[in-house]
Amino acid sequence: MSELLKNSIRFVLFILVQVFILFKMPPLHRFITPYLYYLFVLWLPFSLSRSSLTFISFVFGLSLDFFSKTPGLHAAACTLIAYVRPFIIGLLISQEGADKNYISPSMVSMGWAPYATYVLVLTLLHHIYLVFLEWMSFGSFIYFAGKVIASTAVSLLLVLLTELLFYRKQKFRTNTI
Amino acid sequence: MRNVFLFIRRHTNFLFFLVLQIIALSILFRYNKFHEAIFMNASTEITGRINEKYNTIEYYFQLKKTNESLLKENQRLRQLLKENYEAPDSAKRLIMDTVKVDSARSIVKYRILEAKVVNSTTASQTNYLTIHRGTDEGVRPNMGVISPQGIVGTVINVSSNFATVMSLLHRQYKVVVKLKNGGERGTVEWDGLSPLFVTLKDIPKSAKVAKGDSIVTSQTSSKFPAGILVGTVYEIVEDNTSNFYVLKIRPATNFFNIEYVYVIDNQQYDEQKKLEDSTRKTIQ
Repeated sequence: MSELLKNSIRFVLFILVQVFILFKMPPLHRFITPYLYYLFVLWLPFSLSRSSLTFISFVFGLSLDFFSKTPGLHAAACTLIAYVRPFIIGLLISQEGADKNYISPSMVSMGWAPYATYVLVLTLLHHIYLVFLEWMSFGSFIYFAGKVIASTAVSLLLVLLTELLFYRKQKFRTNTI
Repeated sequence: MRNVFLFIRRHTNFLFFLVLQIIALSILFRYNKFHEAIFMNASTEITGRINEKYNTIEYYFQLKKTNESLLKENQRLRQLLKENYEAPDSAKRLIMDTVKVDSARSIVKYRILEAKVVNSTTASQTNYLTIHRGTDEGVRPNMGVISPQGIVGTVINVSSNFATVMSLLHRQYKVVVKLKNGGERGTVEWDGLSPLFVTLKDIPKSAKVAKGDSIVTSQTSSKFPAGILVGTVYEIVEDNTSNFYVLKIRPATNFFNIEYVYVIDNQQYDEQKKLEDSTRKTIQ
């Protein structure tokens, strides 16, 4: 399956899962909103240019916004993590040229610990920005801090489950340059 | 000039990122302020279609509960029929109260349109419902929406076949209500804590309130007819510093399994609004 087709299917699936499963679940607590959709941005290939990465994420966030009736909220958070993503990958990548030998970020291509850090940092960034935008219209500081921490914890758990359930095989590609 | 172009070329990515951020944030804050965005109309139509497909599955699992609530409403309405009132004593007469009819114009104030709910959320801080009825079927923004049990919210955005409704469980939603017993008016809003409770404020402490009292819509809220159930008092929150009650209300509507709603079309809304606006202008 080509990368374009694979990512197009992911685009649709992540939005449907987020809208019709995670947003439909009765809330455990007001601080907990389970987010998983942004994993699409984390899984995009290394080879994308920075501006196209930002643009795809913007479109992705905006399509989720149309379902949740919050135009611009998720789009803003998605463009932020898409913009920061290349910097984090540049800092964390362990072997020289791993971003050329593998297609997309995963536990195999980046190594277990760097990948975990990568997910943690971007999740935290995404949630802080998202809740901050929500907090500007209402809420208190306790709401802000509590929601960031609780939602991040739940999101990380969901990401871990997704990684384990849908294990992505990554082939080592040589002579790529 | 050359330096400007060089600067743009060097920082293309960052500038592109900034442009997208500004677009996103401007849509977000404009939408929150005015509850309207032109391009939302087209998107409501598309997301509405997808939600409708999903709802055909979900609807099946709610059939029993939907049936029960509609049956209960039917029973309540049937109770009001004149055939139910009959006395054995012939000295008592049944007088039918008739509706006044003016042949020159209609005096119906509220018209009721039924609609199917195709999507609803309760998990977020800003909850909306999508209903399958739009401008083609006579829905306009600012119409009130009620369920068989009680009030639901207000229409804020309409496309040709779908409409989005701001639910009672929305942080920015406010509705004027009154106590059924005393008639004192107050405002109901949601504090975002639990989707099972909303808060009623501005009821003076001179009013008599007890647990379980009914809260109904007030005629001053022009979107709803008077006397539609909003909820019942669940708890009276102690607050000695204020002259007003803070009441915890349990909404009459069950937002978790809502399937059918009624849209209320106030046919005199525009006239009333025009008069009030022009009055405001004369005073200024």
